[in-house]
Amino acid sequence: MRSTSRSGRAKPRVGPLTAHGDHSSSLDMDALIDDRSRRIIVCCGSGGVGKTTTSAAIALRAAERGRNAVVLTIDPARRLAQSMGIEALDNTPRPVPGVAGAGRLDGMMLDMKRTFDEVVESQASPEKARQILNNPFYIAVSSSFAGTQEYMAMEKLGQLDRDARRSGRWDLIVVDTPPSRSALDFLDAPERLSSFLDGRFMRLLTAPARGPARVMTAGFTMVTNTVTKIIGAQVLRDMQAFVSAFDTLFGGFRARAQRTFELLQARGTAFLVVAAPEQDALREAAYFVERLREEDMPLAGLVVNRASADPGGDLSANAAMAAAEKLLTDASDEARLAAGLLRLHGTRKLMVERELRLRRRFATSHPDVPTAVLPALSTDVHDLDGLRRVGELLAHQD
Amino acid sequence: MAESPGAPPGPQFPHVQLHVVTGKGGTGKSTVAASLALALASRGRTVLLCEVEGRQGIAQMFDVPPLPYEERLVAHGTEGSGDVYALAIDAESALLEYLAMYYRLGRAGKALDRFGVVEFATTIAPGVRDVLLTGKVYEAAKRNRRNKNARTYDALVLDAPPTGRIAQFLNVNSELAGLAKVGPIKSQADTVMTLLRSERTTVHLVTVLEEMPVQETADGVHELREAQLPVGGVIVNMVRPQDLDAEQRRQLLAGSVDRDTLAKQLTGVGIEADDTLVDTLLAEGRDHAERRQLEDEQRALVERIGRPTYELPLLPEGVDLGGLYELAEALCEQGLA
Repeated sequence: MRSTSRSGRAKPRVGPLTAHGDHSSSLDMDALIDDRSRRIIVCCGSGGVGKTTTSAAIALRAAERGRNAVVLTIDPARRLAQSMGIEALDNTPRPVPGVAGAGRLDGMMLDMKRTFDEVVESQASPEKARQILNNPFYIAVSSSFAGTQEYMAMEKLGQLDRDARRSGRWDLIVVDTPPSRSALDFLDAPERLSSFLDGRFMRLLTAPARGPARVMTAGFTMVTNTVTKIIGAQVLRDMQAFVSAFDTLFGGFRARAQRTFELLQARGTAFLVVAAPEQDALREAAYFVERLREEDMPLAGLVVNRASADPGGDLSANAAMAAAEKLLTDASDEARLAAGLLRLHGTRKLMVERELRLRRRFATSHPDVPTAVLPALSTDVHDLDGLRRVGELLAHQD
Repeated sequence: MAESPGAPPGPQFPHVQLHVVTGKGGTGKSTVAASLALALASRGRTVLLCEVEGRQGIAQMFDVPPLPYEERLVAHGTEGSGDVYALAIDAESALLEYLAMYYRLGRAGKALDRFGVVEFATTIAPGVRDVLLTGKVYEAAKRNRRNKNARTYDALVLDAPPTGRIAQFLNVNSELAGLAKVGPIKSQADTVMTLLRSERTTVHLVTVLEEMPVQETADGVHELREAQLPVGGVIVNMVRPQDLDAEQRRQLLAGSVDRDTLAKQLTGVGIEADDTLVDTLLAEGRDHAERRQLEDEQRALVERIGRPTYELPLLPEGVDLGGLYELAEALCEQGLA
C-alpha cells in the first residue's frame, strides 16, 4: 500500500486506494434545518440540476418545521413561481401562501438590475446616483455583465441577512445561485467586479480627471490610444464619466464584497452542492467542494438529484437483455410484452449501475461529504405539494 | 419517426455552413454538437467544432488532452468521410489575435494586457466578450484559399451558450448598442451579424421531453426570431426506450397484464420468475408507461414550435466516443446532416 503520511498535515491525503464509495455518510437534512444556529443555506451547482427546486423544497420544509425562512430564487419555472406567489419581479420578499405548521416562508425572485441600482442609490447622493444610473456604460454593466447576476445574488443575500438580524423577520435564509458557466462564478464575481472597479485600468481612465500632476508614461498613452482606436472615443468618454462618478463608491463596493465573502465563511452558513448523476455535473460538484475547502467555507453536503431509481430484484442487466433477445424470436404478443419489460429492466439496471459508479467515484475522492440522493420525479415540481414531497425525499435517506 | 411531416430526405440544411447548437443546461447540447460534427464529417465534409464556455467539454468527449487556442484534429475521417477539428475559443486569446491581425499590435498588445485592458475587455465590458467569441467563429467561417496556410472548413459547429442566453449571445449588435455606436468593435459586430443572420447560419435547439426544457426551447425560438436569427431544428435528446407499444402500455396502466402468462414467458427463457420479479417488471412497465404519456404531451408541444424535429435515444451507459458515433448516425438517418 502507498503511504499517505508524507506531509505533517492533520488531514491525510485521500487517494483512490483509501476510501470506499459506499461509505460516504448520508446527509441529515432535518438536523441541518432544525439547527437554529444555521442561518444561511446556499445551494450551488451547475445549470439544469434542479437547484431552484431544491432550494425552495428545503426552505419550505424548514418553515413547516418551525423556522421563519426566506428563499431567494434566481430564475424559477413560471408555474412554480406562480404557486409560491413570487412571480412578480419586484425584489421584495412576500409570504408564500399555504405553508403549514408553526413557521413562515417568504419567497422572492432576484431582480439583478434593480439590486444594482439600489446599491448605487444607497451609496451615493441622489444627484450623483442619478448621474450614474443614467450613464450608458453603467446601464450596460448592470444589465448584461456576465458576473452581475452572481454578484447581485450575493449582494441580495447580504441585504437579507442584515434585514434578518435587524428586524428578526427571518432566522433562516435559503439562497439559490445563478446557472453560471461555472458553479464557482458566484464566489469570484464580487471579487472580480470590485477589483475591476478599483483596478489599474480604471485608475488609468480617470487619471486625466485627477489633475496634471500625473506623469504620463509612454505605455499609458499607447494604451489609451489603442483603446480609443478599438472601442471608439465615445465609449471611452462614457467610461470615464462613469468612473469619475463612481469614484467615491469604490471603497464601498469593495467593503461590501468583503463582508459578503465573510458571511459565506461564517459558522452559521452551510453550502449544499447540487448535482445530477452525470459526469459533467459531478465533476463540477467536485471542483466546487475543493474550492469551498480552500476558501474555508462550510460545506454541509451533496444533493444528487434526478437519480434513476433502482428497480430492485436480482436480475442483472445482461441477463435481462439476453433473455429479451431470446424472447423476440417468438412473435406472439405475450413474448413481445415480456421482452419489452425485460429490456426496460435491463436499461434501467444499466443506468443505475452507471450512476452508482459515478457517485462512487465522487465519494472515493471526497469521502467526507455527506450525500443525499433523490430519485428522478416523473413530473416537474410546480406547487407546494411537490416541494413538500421533494423535502420528504431529501430528509428520508435510508 | 421524428421528422416533421413532409421533411425531405437527405441533409435538410445543405446550404448551412455554420450550425449553432444551444440547449438548456442538462439536456446534452455539447453531446449533440459533437455528434452533429461527426455526422457532417461522415458526409465527407471537413468540420470545425468550436466551444466557447471554457469547459473543455470537447476534449473530454473525444478523449484527447485539453484543447489550446488552436485547431486540433479530434476525429479522423475514414474512407469517404471528412475530418473533425476542434477549437476551444477563449475571449482573451481571441482579443490578442484580433489586435495582432488588424492592428499589428505586438508589443502594444502585451502592454494592454499589463494594464488590465485585456481582462477588462473580456470579462467586464458587456458584449465585447461575445463579439470576440463569435468573431473568431466568423473568422474561421470566412477563410478561403487565398488565406495562406489557413485550413478551410466546409462546415462549422458551434457549441454555444445555453438557450436562456443564446439570443443575447448571438445578437452581438444589440448587446453593444447604446455602448459602442461607432468604431471598429461596432463594425466587427456588424460584419459578424451579417453572417449570423444569413442563410449560411442556423441555430439548432436541444431539449429533453420535460416541461421546463420544452418551455425554454419555445421561448428561445421566439427570442431568436425576434432577433431575426435563423432557427434550425429542434433536437430531442435522451428519448426513453420505445420498447413497448401503445397497446402494451395501455394494458400496463390498466393493470390488465396477466401475471401467469408473463411468468411463463420468463420461465421459458430460463429466468426464475418469482412473484417479486414479476411485480418489479410490472411496476417498471407502469412507471415507464406513465412517463411515456408525459413525454408524448411534451412531444406535442415541441411539434407546435413548428420546426423540424430529430430524436436521439437515451444511452443508458452514458456517452463515450462510440456513443457519439451512434448519435451521429441517428442524425444522418433523420436528415439533420
